[in-house]
Amino acid sequence: MTEGLIPPGKYFMQGNVACVEAALIAGCRFFAGYPITPSSEILQWMSYRLPQVGGHFIQMEDEIASIMAVLGASNAGVKSMTATSGPGFSLMQEGIGFGMMTETPCVIVNVQRGGPSTGIPTLVGQGDVMQARWGSHGDYEAIVYAPNNVQEMFDLTIKAFNASEEYRQPVVLLADQVISHMYGSLTVPPHDEIKIVNRKLPCVPPNIPDFKPFDAKYEVPPMALAGMGYRVHVTGLTHDERGYPYYTHEVSTWCVKHLVSKVRNNAKKIWEVEHFMLEDADIVLISYGITSRSSYQAVKIARSEGIKAGMLRLITLWPFPDEIVKKVSEQAKVIVVPEINMGQIIHPVREVAECLVVGLSWAPGAVPTPDVILDTIRYVSR
Amino acid sequence: MPKEVLATKHPDDELIRTDRMPHIWCPGCGIGIVMKCYIKAIKKSGIPPERHVVVSGIGCSSRLSGYVNIDSYHTTHGRAIPFAIGMNLVKPELEITVIAGDGDLVTIGGNHFMHAIRRNHDINVILINNFIYGMTGGQYGATTPLGSKASSAPYGTIDNPLNIPLLVASLGAPFVARWTTFHVHQLTDAILKAMKINGFAFIEVLSPCPTQYGEDNNFPTGLDMMKYFKKTCVVNHEADLRTVDIDLKSGKPIVVGNFVHKEKPSYNDMERKLIEDAMRERKLHG
Repeated sequence: MTEGLIPPGKYFMQGNVACVEAALIAGCRFFAGYPITPSSEILQWMSYRLPQVGGHFIQMEDEIASIMAVLGASNAGVKSMTATSGPGFSLMQEGIGFGMMTETPCVIVNVQRGGPSTGIPTLVGQGDVMQARWGSHGDYEAIVYAPNNVQEMFDLTIKAFNASEEYRQPVVLLADQVISHMYGSLTVPPHDEIKIVNRKLPCVPPNIPDFKPFDAKYEVPPMALAGMGYRVHVTGLTHDERGYPYYTHEVSTWCVKHLVSKVRNNAKKIWEVEHFMLEDADIVLISYGITSRSSYQAVKIARSEGIKAGMLRLITLWPFPDEIVKKVSEQAKVIVVPEINMGQIIHPVREVAECLVVGLSWAPGAVPTPDVILDTIRYVSR
Repeated sequence: MPKEVLATKHPDDELIRTDRMPHIWCPGCGIGIVMKCYIKAIKKSGIPPERHVVVSGIGCSSRLSGYVNIDSYHTTHGRAIPFAIGMNLVKPELEITVIAGDGDLVTIGGNHFMHAIRRNHDINVILINNFIYGMTGGQYGATTPLGSKASSAPYGTIDNPLNIPLLVASLGAPFVARWTTFHVHQLTDAILKAMKINGFAFIEVLSPCPTQYGEDNNFPTGLDMMKYFKKTCVVNHEADLRTVDIDLKSGKPIVVGNFVHKEKPSYNDMERKLIEDAMRERKLHG
């Protein structure tokens, strides 16, 4: 199994390449994608590496086809992934919704660039935070991770695959142009020390009468794959436990509640955050992705000036770690939310925070420097 | 007094989700005939039902996937082909057939359709062409004959329909056929041929939609269009595909047949070799 995978050891590597190597370790053997800056290195490196490990790479005609091919491959039992950026992520939204409704595991890497529209293809943005949560129509619970270094491009790619397999749904790795293009140090642990989750398969034999592919007795139903003999019907329509389209309000209530509760009930297990100098902090930055790297420095300088600053870094953006944010807000005087957008994650922060919440909105195209964040810290500390 | 006979079983029941009957199709619709032919072909194929997969998009024709008792995937509008491609690449032993309508496959899904043929993926595609968007209420599409009335073309359509067999053949598909719901034996035979083809096998099936197309275009019942098919269809396997467009008005012959039947390496063949080479190369050079 480990043949052809990156050997354990220390590396100096680009974020996008680390993401590919991690995906292969996680068991990804299918990639379908379409070229788009700044995610193309993932597509290119996959085209080189996947065939070496016996996997399948295909460059499709667009992002719509890419996500659909990924969902098709996953329904045949192969861990699958695609990578894209802003405009491509927009095109994938219908397919992501289909993946949510049909409970199909897969990973979508969205390397954020400046938006809206074509925006600034080669420069950084964090404008897709809400899209990653709400981009497809209807109700579902997104699982979204935001890496802030090359090591996390690796670690969180594996976690994204694990979560997608565990909860049977598409999971987004929400990177950004700087983290993806950055070269940094990477430690690949021994492969047998890396936790890999595989989807559960039905434990009953095929062709039993009344087999229910979406059996309500499971929080996450085992997945009957194409060709196993279960003769499943899988549809994007609202469906009952048999997978059959069914439109009573009772079935619709079950179907939608099932999709959201499998994530909501396990949110605490999915949450990952980093506490940085928070112990006595009364000015708290809530930060994620590339912006958090400036936030570390801003906190350190503020501390040297005698300001009790700290940072809560969100590694899991969605499901939103509301209880953790609430707790932090109870000891804080002010929360500052720097983002490379006009205010997105600040909204769920405000929803739960017990203190004043101040946004630091920063237009895409550049990372706010520590000075910029520091100015805001100084201002609110007065 | 004639004795009442109640049929409780049908020979095709094993391949039909009988618990989903009655189906949604209108009286006179041809989609059920295509389903029957597909089921007959599955039975004759020699491939066990567990290895057959049907993938569809959205629309009346795409509802077929929900009634056939095999692994069946009812995907998003126009995207059945890329979904089927993903499945086919990782499990080439599956016999995957995409069945969807004209609006789905060649209108909204036209880009995927074209590129799948160009790459020659080993899937079967049955396009049920009823010349109209049925499910959404009779709007015109890329196959609606010029001048037809539609719910979104009250003055008649002014855009030229696609000549689908010509398009598919021009992109190099190894199997291209057209039949109608009148030609059940020929259609079943063509589906069987498609299942045996290595590569993109395509069948266009002309089918009546009395409710949404026929009523406003001089085919008020399904039978009217079936009679028109019977009267005007000409079998010509060697037809010049530039001449096989359809107008449904002038009595111009509708050309049907198995137009292309050839061997050609599929994408899967090329990919298999690519993967073998890449794996060997890696082992040699580390």
